[in-house]
Amino acid sequence: MSTILSTHGLQAFYGDAQALFGIEFELAQGEMVAIIGANGAGKSTFLKSLTGLVKTSKDSIRLNGESIGGLPPGQIVRRGLALVPEGRRLFPSLTVEENLLMGATAGRTGPWNLKRLFSLFPILEEKRLSPGTALSGGQQQMVALGRALMSNPEILLCDELSLGLAPIVIREIYKVMPSITAEGMTVVIVEQDVSMAQQVSQRVYCFQEGKVSLQGRSEDLTREQISQAYFGI
Amino acid sequence: MIETIVQGLLLGGLYTLFALGQSLMFGVMRLTNTAQGDFIVLGAFAAIAGISVLGLPVGWALAAVLPAAFGFGYLLQRYVLNGTLGRDPLPSLVVTFGLSIVIQNLLLELFSADPRSIETGGLASEGFAVTDSFSLGVLPLMILTVAIAATASLQWLFTRTAIGRSFRAVSDDREIAELMGLQSAKVYALATAIAFVLISIAGILQGMRTTVSPADGPLLLLFAFEAVIIGGMGSFWGTLSGAMILGVAQQIGFRADPGWGIWFGHLVFLVVLVVRPQGLFPKTRG
Repeated sequence: MSTILSTHGLQAFYGDAQALFGIEFELAQGEMVAIIGANGAGKSTFLKSLTGLVKTSKDSIRLNGESIGGLPPGQIVRRGLALVPEGRRLFPSLTVEENLLMGATAGRTGPWNLKRLFSLFPILEEKRLSPGTALSGGQQQMVALGRALMSNPEILLCDELSLGLAPIVIREIYKVMPSITAEGMTVVIVEQDVSMAQQVSQRVYCFQEGKVSLQGRSEDLTREQISQAYFGI
Repeated sequence: MIETIVQGLLLGGLYTLFALGQSLMFGVMRLTNTAQGDFIVLGAFAAIAGISVLGLPVGWALAAVLPAAFGFGYLLQRYVLNGTLGRDPLPSLVVTFGLSIVIQNLLLELFSADPRSIETGGLASEGFAVTDSFSLGVLPLMILTVAIAATASLQWLFTRTAIGRSFRAVSDDREIAELMGLQSAKVYALATAIAFVLISIAGILQGMRTTVSPADGPLLLLFAFEAVIIGGMGSFWGTLSGAMILGVAQQIGFRADPGWGIWFGHLVFLVVLVVRPQGLFPKTRG
């Protein structure tokens, strides 16, 4: 499979504080990769760097062979990278339908539209005129996921889909992933739940203190290896 | 008493137009434009200059001011005010305060301190009798109609269109809106451009109804600010209601004593600020 996204020596800073230290990362077309790690390991910063929310150097990120580091978020989403942000961050003054339509702002064409999303998440059609933030946590996550899909991305980045959700709701959310990846969409998930991450992904990267401490095929990694890479003990 | 209330509502129409631009800019950018009143006066003087200096027919001069205001507002936000936005409201307050001083002095230099008005061909004095002792002016009724139409249009734009959706999205969460592909700098500029069209309409109508002079800005800002606060920040129908309450309060004051009108309006504003600081109709979204 060909590499669709890669980072080379990726560094990121919040003011003077360095959050990422030379991340080397590769993603193949159609692959589903999980990033795991403790709080503060740099997982979310990594996704924010990929989407332009945290500034990086020009050549540190390549999408389809083209340097995209340092581009503004709007240009990156037009090139096919969409983020489901941590904590969902729906627009409170917009309805469910309006939140979803905001995802189509980038103007990319593809299979994802309101009709298809409503068939994937029928509850959202029922609640399409409700304010996005009036929904339950799981339904809000569906809106956040749907909003990202509405941009018809090549690569979908999901930051902590399971954050604050009940296990049954998490399973419900992950149940739709095969429908999303069926047409070759490439997916990166940041996940605190290690067993869930291993279960749904083909490869795993483990981050520790802003560095990649472990990577490998999900089925090959042992609990001990992950514990050591996760906690550094 | 009914006459007083009706006159107050008519005055409230003008105050609505003073305040709508402020309400839009605050609703989208959380930006308080302290030069609002001076921009209203600038709009009036732009029309006066078009008529008396360039010799344009009245209709042409008025029609030319609106697109000019749109362009001016867009460029001002894009290249000046966007740089002042952030968590700290002080930079935008200082910059718009500075603009206020610049506009006042510029107008003073160009037009002197003399009050001026826009020639209406007798429209300002036309009216019709409702009863033997009570008549309504045509121009105030026109102003009220324009105010209601502007409020309804703005509410429709904000809640029913893709542009309004963008305004609400950048107002809610600028970072995520940019992640969706919106360019917040351009969205803000568009909001200010629309606000400046409203400001110029307010200025022109003020210049048609009465006289304007370069020093009028701060008082007009105060009326705009009071209307927005009474109605509730960021709510257009709330702004209209706030302006109506202010207008009626001033008219009741004027009726009690000719020197009490403005003061009575301030009193109502202060009472609302103390009792209900979020305004009477604080719902910010349609």
